[in-house]
Amino acid sequence: MALRTYAILYLIFLYAPIVLLPIFAFNDGTIIAFPLQGFTTQWFEELWTTTALHDAVGNSIFIAVLTAIFSTLLGMLTARAGAMANFPGKGGIIGFIMLPLVLPEIIVAVSLLVMLRQVLDMDLSNWTVIAAHTLMSTPFSVAILNGAFQSLDPAMEEAAMDLGENRWSAFRLVILPLVMPGIISSMLIAFTISLDEFIIAFFLTGANPTMPVYIWGLLRFPAKLPVVMALGTILVTLSIVLLSMAEYFRRRGLRRAGVEDPGGFI
Amino acid sequence: MAGGLFSTERGRTVALVTPPFIYALLLLALPLGAIILFSFWQKDGYDVVPTFTLENYRAFLDGEVYQVLLGRSLKVSAIVTVITVILAYPIAYFISFRVPNNRKSLWLFLITIPFWTSYLVRVFLWKVILGYNGVINSGLLQIGLIDEPLTFILYSVNSVIITLAHAFAPFAILPIFVALEKIDRSLLEAAQDLGENRVTTFLRVTLPLSMPGLMAAILIVFIPTIGDYVTPELMGGSGGKLIANMIQTQFLQLNNAPLGAALAIIAMLCVTLISLLLIFLNRRWLRV
Repeated sequence: MALRTYAILYLIFLYAPIVLLPIFAFNDGTIIAFPLQGFTTQWFEELWTTTALHDAVGNSIFIAVLTAIFSTLLGMLTARAGAMANFPGKGGIIGFIMLPLVLPEIIVAVSLLVMLRQVLDMDLSNWTVIAAHTLMSTPFSVAILNGAFQSLDPAMEEAAMDLGENRWSAFRLVILPLVMPGIISSMLIAFTISLDEFIIAFFLTGANPTMPVYIWGLLRFPAKLPVVMALGTILVTLSIVLLSMAEYFRRRGLRRAGVEDPGGFI
Repeated sequence: MAGGLFSTERGRTVALVTPPFIYALLLLALPLGAIILFSFWQKDGYDVVPTFTLENYRAFLDGEVYQVLLGRSLKVSAIVTVITVILAYPIAYFISFRVPNNRKSLWLFLITIPFWTSYLVRVFLWKVILGYNGVINSGLLQIGLIDEPLTFILYSVNSVIITLAHAFAPFAILPIFVALEKIDRSLLEAAQDLGENRVTTFLRVTLPLSMPGLMAAILIVFIPTIGDYVTPELMGGSGGKLIANMIQTQFLQLNNAPLGAALAIIAMLCVTLISLLLIFLNRRWLRV
């Protein structure tokens, strides 16, 4: 019982900051502090009329969509290989692909910056951010897709090939539909990661900031803080919707493969 | 023979894993190599000249500010890790041993949601909570528990620690949970049949068996926290800056990439050495 009480207190600790978001997003005062002033939708209206923000959101969505596609493709290859025959060094190779999961982000950020700017003399753009975000999200995609590929019964592919399908059509007609929920879940997670990522994006964005880089700029202006709260409210709502969808598809995938839910994303 | 690589399953596995591996080599191994090389080069005005020098490492040894920042970074990461893991263990235990199977993923989902919401906004919200006119101070003032706002919780190392401990909570819970799930429940019954009580069963069976997860949790919190510059920048004030802030400043403001690279490598080496030491010291628990 004591454990349950502790668990609930812990959840309150986890959610405490987020609960404040909508409270101050609708608060009619420029200072983010109690007592509250009154109800307003002014800050949301200001979001609607800020064109610089719209550009940043557009950039972020472009980057996040492509990151989701690329990291899911790389994740599928890795997870599929992970579920197949072993060869010497396979564990090391997959471990290396998963390495960004534990590397400090600033190390990834500065080393990519040095290579792109000083070694290759490339200009920074949305594409440099996409390349870095794909590197960072691939391990998450692999983790999600591992569940999908490892629960597959190899007999299904063999049966399809015995019935005259070639390897590619067997994959397309049998495997792909079975792992599709995992693919959707992986794309949603990678999209969410990319949309939120700041540390690397701050180093690698070109002339057009992503949304978190734009928010970082706003944080320096006290008068803009209520607008940040309004934007934060929208982002949190969006994240929760995307994650709930990802979780739904992940579970559906597991049910389809007929395995019991081991629980959790990672 | 044409298509020879694809005729065996092993060949197909190699073919599948090659593209992601090459991608990781190009965007991870190559840049890491570049940054190591760079740390031995010289800054000359706005350019970097490829002459070998140990100047950047000497700057670290001579510059007390770098050592103070690195020391503080390691200390903050260590404290954050200890707090996060100690707070997380009971939660992982609760979900694994007390929550019925069909509710486990709901609990894990609830715990991971805050982690996926905008990191910047979350850090900023802690400023709102801990601030001079923040939720805690204005709340305590209104109840009359304090006469003037508490200052030790904002713009100090303490506020950095609280914020980071919150940010990394799910990272600690998930690996411990996975390790606890793997424990064969009949071992616990056996221990109790053999006369252990609940406390000694936990200390002598559950805890040792969950060590791999505990270790993973420690590393997955300790290593990334060293690379965070957002939290110390927003929450740390002047006395709470960390090594990552200095690396960021060297690269983006002072335009001294070689020194920044050397600092990044030193920080990375320290973290790696401490991690290896931890694994080595706990090696007898990690053989599963």
